[in-house]
Amino acid sequence: MPGDGAATLHVQARVSREPDGFTLDVDFEAAPGVTVLFGPSGSGKSTTLAAIAGLVRPASGRIALGQEAWFDRSARVDVPVHRRHVAFVFQSLALFPHMSAIANVVYGMDPALDRRTREERARAVLDRLRAGHLADRRPATFSGGEAQRVALARALATSPRVILLDEPFSALDRELRVELIADLRDLVRELEVPVLFVTHHRAEARALGQRVVMLDKGRVERVGSVEDLVAPGGRDMTFDETPLDPDGMLPR
Amino acid sequence: MELGPLALSLEIATLATVIAAIVGIGLATLLSNVRFRGRDLVDVVVTAPIVLPPTVLGYYLLVAVGRRSAIGHAFEALFGSSIVFTRTGAVLAATVGALPLVVKSGRAALEGVDATLMRAARTLGASPSRAFFTVQLPLAGRGIVAALMLAFARSLGDFGITLMVAGDIPGETQTASLAIYDAIQEHREGAALGMVLALTATAIAILYTVNKLTAGTHDAR
Repeated sequence: MPGDGAATLHVQARVSREPDGFTLDVDFEAAPGVTVLFGPSGSGKSTTLAAIAGLVRPASGRIALGQEAWFDRSARVDVPVHRRHVAFVFQSLALFPHMSAIANVVYGMDPALDRRTREERARAVLDRLRAGHLADRRPATFSGGEAQRVALARALATSPRVILLDEPFSALDRELRVELIADLRDLVRELEVPVLFVTHHRAEARALGQRVVMLDKGRVERVGSVEDLVAPGGRDMTFDETPLDPDGMLPR
Repeated sequence: MELGPLALSLEIATLATVIAAIVGIGLATLLSNVRFRGRDLVDVVVTAPIVLPPTVLGYYLLVAVGRRSAIGHAFEALFGSSIVFTRTGAVLAATVGALPLVVKSGRAALEGVDATLMRAARTLGASPSRAFFTVQLPLAGRGIVAALMLAFARSLGDFGITLMVAGDIPGETQTASLAIYDAIQEHREGAALGMVLALTATAIAILYTVNKLTAGTHDAR
């Protein structure tokens, strides 16, 4: 539950993907704060997030938040997805098309709260992400940036213990990205939980991340601070080099 | 026009559709969402009524629920009447004919819902059953309603299985499609024509509605 926010996420997992024979074999930790999962497409970033959320079952390994094991092959522990309290923002956002924005946000909130409390909180989170005006509209009418804000609101409103962001900004243009990253940065700082942010966009990694775990071909290649690993012009950097914020719009 | 057989057809088709809906949506969910041993076999067995001759299906049903079978025996002991050659048999016959349509179209509708939406529901704290009832089923809703309408139309028109299992008893199991056959045999062309037109109009109305429903499914992304 929230409150034990200081717990570190330990990930050690081996996942074999059936159809293409891809094998993920990773071992790293993510302390509270933003850890960037960085690497070319096909390096296993999304599979890593899926294993942490419990959406794919590793063949072996151990995934734990602090002392609490979510998956432990040898101890036969496998906490189901819905009891892990992870906030997952999918690349496709996956907003429920048959529900209004507010219903999307309420969906993930603690059912023990009464309906009015849930709606009030959902509205507050939407407002916080500057999406309050969308509350009663359905996702089909949203622009890319609007859908993005609602998806973030839905994930963050659940009082998550871990936040997993799978390239959530990939479909947005630069200005929107800058705006959203600034909003997101403030929010995740307040939550004080481990945040894993998948990107192959170096400027995004620099703007949001504190630490970087670099993946390549299913393995952790390097771990370090953002400055070390994603410095412009650094070696091995074959990813998206477009500057995120050339005009210095991003608040420091 | 003879209304008796038409009313009986409606009654039997409605009951058969309700049963096919419960069993069929259950099977469709199982086949689309659960990986289990023998899934392909279940799929083939459930689909078989589409391609098997009605006489073959009728034969199997007679063996399975006839008066000398275990099921037939138990049913008769419980309810005091047999399954075969009664209205119960007619409902069973129509259900067997309709079931594959519910399972096939229902499964397609359920599998047509973006799997990421269910994954999202799970990460938002929904149990598998909550994710099913609040996300997958509502989004597959139009397709499932279409499947049920097809099932109703199929039930309404069953001839062969009903004849084998329930016979052709006026007022008891003689549905409109059987009554049409009898009317033609007895040179009562007028009576036949009335029922023919009624069944045709119903079938066309249903197919038109189904087309409308399924054409719209692409809007629900």
